[in-house]
Amino acid sequence: MFKEYSPLDDKLFQVMDNDGKIVNPAWMPEINDERLLKAFKDMLFARQADLMAVSYQRQGRMFTYPPNFGQEAISGGLAQVMREQDWLVPAFRELGAWLAKGATLKEVFLYFMGYEDGTVFEKAKNITPISVPIGSQLIHAAGIGYAINYKKEDSVVYAIVGDGGTSTGDFHEALNFAAVWNAPVVFIVQNNQFAISVPFKKQTRSINIAVKGVAYGMACIKVDGNDLFAMTRALKEAEAHAREGKGPVLIEALTYRRGAHTTSDDPTKYRTKEEEEQWSCTDPIDRLRKYLVSKNLWDTAGEESLLAEYKKEVDRQFEAAENYPPYPLEDVFKYLYVEMTDDLKEQKVEHEKFLKWKEGLK
Amino acid sequence: MEGGAEMKVMTIVQAVTDAIDIKLAEDSSVVAFGEDVGVEGGVFRATEGLQKKHGEHRVFDSPLAESAIVGTAVGMAMNGLRPVVEMQFCGFVYPAMNQIISHAARLHNRSRGRYKTPMVIRFPYGGGINALEHHSESMEAMYGHIPGLKVVIPSTPYDTKGLLISAIESDDTVIFMEPKRIYRAIKQEVPEEKYSIPLGKAKILSEGTDVTLVAYGAMIREAQKAVAMAKKDGISVELIDLRTIYPLDKQTVVESVKKTGRMVVVHEGPNTFGVGAELTAIVNENAFLNQEAPVVRVTGFDTIVPLPRGEHHYIISPEKIYYGIQKSVKF
Ligand SMILES: Cc1ncc(C[n+]2csc(CCOP(=O)(O)OP(=O)(O)O)c2C)c(N)n1
Ligand SMILES: [Mg+2]
Repeated sequence: MFKEYSPLDDKLFQVMDNDGKIVNPAWMPEINDERLLKAFKDMLFARQADLMAVSYQRQGRMFTYPPNFGQEAISGGLAQVMREQDWLVPAFRELGAWLAKGATLKEVFLYFMGYEDGTVFEKAKNITPISVPIGSQLIHAAGIGYAINYKKEDSVVYAIVGDGGTSTGDFHEALNFAAVWNAPVVFIVQNNQFAISVPFKKQTRSINIAVKGVAYGMACIKVDGNDLFAMTRALKEAEAHAREGKGPVLIEALTYRRGAHTTSDDPTKYRTKEEEEQWSCTDPIDRLRKYLVSKNLWDTAGEESLLAEYKKEVDRQFEAAENYPPYPLEDVFKYLYVEMTDDLKEQKVEHEKFLKWKEGLK
Repeated sequence: MEGGAEMKVMTIVQAVTDAIDIKLAEDSSVVAFGEDVGVEGGVFRATEGLQKKHGEHRVFDSPLAESAIVGTAVGMAMNGLRPVVEMQFCGFVYPAMNQIISHAARLHNRSRGRYKTPMVIRFPYGGGINALEHHSESMEAMYGHIPGLKVVIPSTPYDTKGLLISAIESDDTVIFMEPKRIYRAIKQEVPEEKYSIPLGKAKILSEGTDVTLVAYGAMIREAQKAVAMAKKDGISVELIDLRTIYPLDKQTVVESVKKTGRMVVVHEGPNTFGVGAELTAIVNENAFLNQEAPVVRVTGFDTIVPLPRGEHHYIISPEKIYYGIQKSVKF
């Protein structure tokens, strides 16, 4: 596959077109109907949660939120390949992938409401916390990959970054280290065309992002990131490649950030309605729905009631997050070191003294 | 301020824009760039409208890489330009630390004066805006500790404009930290014309006799509230706005402490090895016998600034400053 779809020729790996037709049957991944329906429903759920997160934020019930609207097939594909023992090393715009790895929606909400507890992802195995400094987490992925080889584990690392992140030195260092060490890492670039306001064409003069992997001597491919089948198949090939000890893989997932960068961003400043409309035709959920309908696997009539059910579930998890206990003073100090230093203990005690004094002021 | 000058009401963030605008207009060697700086005008709109006015070769978006933004600015500066670069948040400067410490701060010394690095690295700092991790920190002490850098933190629109113009005109590298919490909170009449405020000069905001209170940036507003609380209780506080962290205006601080005999220092950044520690040493070295109480530091904890739900624990309130003042006068 990596030979057939060389990024040097700017080839795009696609299985299903925008109308939901299979245009590349040779590379259709094996997914049984049950799994496929689950994948679709999970994408629907993720979108519902995402849209609701934006409106919770608008209502002032959450501080910020980075929308995933339009990028659901990338996480959807990951959900098909990620096993419990595999690692997920995310950035911050990966709602579907977090959920697929076992994080709860409540936790995600907690994080964006302002609790570190929300990025612990308590029940998910082998997942790293949300990483805000762009690109930095990718180097950890290379290190985790080295440790996997060292310990002879059967695991793969899935590391995620945006198109903007490919301009950081960390991206290049991570690719190089992973390649030199033959680490089982699959780097996934969510090329959603923007880094806040900066369009993709201002990030690089390369014909695409995947091609950057060529120079590092690793397998790489540019994939239609809004095509669940293409994402799934490419990830499966990448997984096999990594597990066979052939080294890391770079997957560029071509997509479009249909929403704002975060809830404090206004995209009308830097892009046109026409552009947004153009990309809306490639929407990953619409495409998959068309495919499912054509195969008589899905009845759109039932979708509304399903969404109503999802809405309730999202609300339930959001309310659970809203009812989370207040943030104790202790938690500011408790986790900085494995054991709190005397200095920190003193600072906490001194602050408590001040709080007592303040009570007396009233 | 000269009489008769045209005045305009401005916020701190508008004063930033105005200062860069004026320098772009009068000096063709000035360029401004960084992530989202051009078309968007910066995520806080600090460079809003400047690309349209001065052109894409003067004000522009860079690819996403702080190290390269600072590193290319060093190169530009060595070849005659005067770059003003933006880092999106104080917590995102770290990828550029190698370029800042190893080159921007030292090229003049390394080349025995042959190369200068006249550049400004400006970024918003501080807490209080309910943000994610890396968006709330105050790392001025770290920059103050690096030989070769000047470090400036304004607290008002008027000072912002005058200090930023001086920073851009400085032949040394200047770290210019902007109190984003009060970016739009304070409006002030500011002269439309160009003026500058010298770096390295503190300002006495209110005179007093009982205790010297030293603060800067976003903490000035909180300090002023504490001064008012103290006044009600009959305590006379002398408030000093440091304005420049390095070079530090020792004279203003020391003279004040010689008069009051007491010092309270306020900063948002961590306590240990902070600006408060430095000021304590300066006062001990220069006004030891004048002190009637040990220096009191009202600072951030030695922790990470908590996410929004826990941030109130960390944020320094006027009450906490007043608590510090009382500790000093009651010693
Ligand atoms: C080192 C660093 N610099 C700046 C930022 C501020 N910032 C947050 S998101 C972002 C753009 C990221 O773009 P991209 O990598 O394409 O990811 P996307 O947001 O599109 O998912 C920037 C500049 C940051 N988080 N980290
Ligand atoms: Mg992007």
